Formats: sequence, structure tokens, C-alpha cells
Amino acid sequence: MTTDNHTPETVISVKQLVTHYGMRKILDGVDMDVKRGEIRVIMGGSGSGKSTLLWHILGLYEPTKGEIELLGQNIHQINFNDNLKLKQNIGVSFQSGALFSSMTVGENVALPLREFTDLDENTIRIISRMKLEVVNLGGFHKLMPAQLSGGMIKRAALARAIVMDPKLLFFDEPSAGLDPVVASEIDDLILSLRDTMGMSMVVVTHELDSAFKIADKITVLDNGKNLITGTVEEIQQSDNKRVMDLLQRRSRHDKLNPSEYLKRLTQENYTLS
Amino acid sequence: MWSYQAIERVGFAIRLFWDSFYWLIIGRRYQQKIRLRQVVEQVRVNGFDALPIVMTLAFVVGMMLSIQLLYALSDFGAESQVLLAIAKSVTREFSPLITGVIVAGRSGAAIAARIGSQVVSQEVDALKVIGIVPVRYLVLPPLLGLMISMPLLVVSADVMAIFGGAIFSVSKLDMSISAYMVESFNVLIVGDVMQGLIKSVVFGVIIVLVGATTGFHVTGGAEGVGKATTSAVVISISFIVLADMIASYFLTQ
Repeated sequence: MTTDNHTPETVISVKQLVTHYGMRKILDGVDMDVKRGEIRVIMGGSGSGKSTLLWHILGLYEPTKGEIELLGQNIHQINFNDNLKLKQNIGVSFQSGALFSSMTVGENVALPLREFTDLDENTIRIISRMKLEVVNLGGFHKLMPAQLSGGMIKRAALARAIVMDPKLLFFDEPSAGLDPVVASEIDDLILSLRDTMGMSMVVVTHELDSAFKIADKITVLDNGKNLITGTVEEIQQSDNKRVMDLLQRRSRHDKLNPSEYLKRLTQENYTLS
Repeated sequence: MWSYQAIERVGFAIRLFWDSFYWLIIGRRYQQKIRLRQVVEQVRVNGFDALPIVMTLAFVVGMMLSIQLLYALSDFGAESQVLLAIAKSVTREFSPLITGVIVAGRSGAAIAARIGSQVVSQEVDALKVIGIVPVRYLVLPPLLGLMISMPLLVVSADVMAIFGGAIFSVSKLDMSISAYMVESFNVLIVGDVMQGLIKSVVFGVIIVLVGATTGFHVTGGAEGVGKATTSAVVISISFIVLADMIASYFLTQ
């Protein structure tokens, strides 16, 4: 189901995406194309719009303007059945894991299989345990999410995300809040999933080490705009000031002059010019 | 602003009700089937588990009615009418109302807290991206569960309230408890019991819709969940009392 104006390799296409929260413009004409088998990392400072972009790609929010196509289908124009089939080709690993707290780890992983396949319970159990083995959580299927550590929750969420063998996999801050060793394990898992299962992935992160390790291409967002898209080398060699600030972890704020600072503190209706 | 929000919430609740039955009827066609196991679990949690407290309070209310009515009717030498008064008032009014208030406190709060915490922890978003319609998965099972369990709870409350009335009244009426119970059931007509049962189903629907609506609108993390829980109980009870008055008017015409 690819449209004429797409090369077959493009699996995610975002065109001129604009969105607002109330009066505030969060995304301002973002474009992005992700090819089959590619790991695309979306980076940017806090409030740059990277998570918002992800939620729009997943269809959780309606944009003000723009188009999003996943696997050649415009997500805002397809009917319920096609949308359902599309969702079975998508896996998402949320920042918090978003595991269902009332279910065991095994039940969480098995849920998509139970809902959307006619497999018998025995097969569902075997497949979900296989996926838990893939993320190094073999034997943990009977635990409740509350009994898992942060890294284990992320891995269990990843097992649930890949249980239907999706073509597209999305991650929101996969290594946030994890120690460097566990974060590196998650990065290795992402690479191994791409290499073994050929999935295309979009990873939202602000962890530079992680981004440079896993990315085929990086898109840097700033104030809701696509600042630059390129390979790891192209990003590292960029002479764009905002990109350099991000890579060198420099504060984005210019030094305030004292009178401006005083105005900010004292004027009731002060707004940034 | 407040009234706009209230209207928006009422509209949201009506939409939830509509969507629930839409998915109940056509869900199987779109891989959104309702699982019997989930509904049975909701009947257990919201109905069976509430049985001890509903029956206990119904018993106490029956006894209290007996005390008050015997005192009031003695002025007219009409103590013998206490049996009729208790049987009718309990089945038509008190049992569904007490059951509604108790279930609103238990299940309404639980539904709001559960959905609210699932919104906060992105579990609802996870359902959406998996392809599961949240209304079908989170609202329909408790809705069906309460529509089944509320009438059962009310019938239990009817029996216990009449029994409570019997315990206090029999000595004054010079009757045995079994004779009092049999006579109470004899004076009741089908319409009396039906009125209570119809109300109980309406109250069950109100409890689930209010709980789910407040739960889906939670913002602000754990504090928001706490506020939603309190709101769900207060709003449910208010709507139950209002619906009771409206239903009483139409069902007694």
C-alpha cells in the first residue's frame, strides 16, 4: 500500500507537521522520512517537541496541520480496520514502561497476542516467554511490574512492544534514568533487534552516548523545528551553534543582563520577547 | 467556565455509554471482543464483595424504619401497617438508594482511581497504540458488571431490610418472624420490586460513567488521582439521589 510519491523504502513519512498546545506552537513544520531498517534518533533539549512528535506519529494526538504516513498509509485517513492492522505492525516502548500494573509481566507481554490472534494459550505462553528471553528477562514472567527495577521495566515493555513482530518500533527515552551499564544493555538490545528482525526504529532520547551508538541518522529538534538531520558524523561535525550547544551540553540561555533579570522577577505581565 | 466543563463532562459520559454498547454489539467484527471473564470478575469485585456491607446496612436501615414507623403509626393505632410500610418503602426506595450509595463509595471510587492512575502512567496510551479501544477494555466490563450485580445486591438488601424490620416489629405485632416475612412478601406486588430493580440498574450505570469520566480526565499525577476519586464519589451520589427522585416520579405515575 505505498503511494506513488514514495520510494518503497520509506516507512515513516512526516510532512510539515504543525501542532499547538493551546496558543503555544509546539511543532512548527517538521518533516521527517525514515527508511526501512533504519534507526532514527530524535534529539533535542527539553521542550523541543521530540516526545510530542512521537505521540503524533503514533496517532495519540491530532496535529493542527501536516501529514503522517506509516508503512505508506496516512494515519488520519485510514479506516478502523486498516488502522488496527497498522497498529499490529507497530511496537512502542514508553519512557515509564506503561506496563499494566494489574497484570504479571507475562500477561503484559501476552496481551496483544490474546487480543489480536487466535493462538491457543499454550502457544501464547511460549511466544511471550521467548520474547522475555530476547530481552534477558527469562523466568520473570510471574512477577508483577511493581516488583521490577527501572531497567527491567523498560526491557519488559520492550518485550511487549516486539511480541507481534512489528515492522516499526518506537522508543521514548529508552535509557533515561538508568545507570550507564543498563543503558548500554538497552542500546545493544535495540541494535540486535534491528539486525536480527530488520525493524525500523524511531528513538527519542537526549542521551548523547546512546544516540551516537545506535543511530543511523539523527534528527535534532529545536523549538519545534527540524534543526538538522544527518548521520552521526554529520551531526558531530555540524557548525550550527544550537547543535554544538546540545553536543557540548552548553546552556541555551545567553547571559542575562541585570536589568532584564530584574524585569523578569518584578513585572507581572512580563513575557519573553 | 465551570458550567462549560460540566456540560463537556456530561457529553463525555454520554459518549462513553454509547461507545460501550457500540463495541459490545459490533466489537467482535473489529477484533474488539468483550471477554466474559472480565465481566464475571467485575460482578465478583463490585457485586459479590459488596454483599456483606450492603446486607448489613440494609438490615440496620430496616430495623431503624421499624423503630420510626412503629412510633409514628402508634399515634393512629395503626401499628399493624408497619409491615406494609416497611416492605413497600424498602423495595421501592431504601434498598436501591442504600446500595447505590455504598457501591458509589466502593466501586465508583475504585473505577475512577484505576482509570485515573492508568491515564497518569500512560497505560491508556499503551492500550491505544496496541490497538485496544480503551472504552471497550476499561469501561464496558464494569458497566456490564454493575448492570448485572446491582439488581442482585438490591434483592439481597430487600430481604435483609425486611428481616431487620421483622426483628424489631414482631414483638409489637405479636407475630413470628417467619409469618412477618411471608406476610411482607405477600403485600408486595411485582411493580414494587421492579421499581427498585430498575433504579438499581440506572444507579449502576451512573456509578460507572461518573467514575470513568472523572478517571479519564485526571491530570496532575497522584494528587489528581486522589481528587478524581473524591469527585467521583460525590458526583455519583448526587446524581443517584437526583435520578432516584426523577425515577420515583415517573415510576409512581
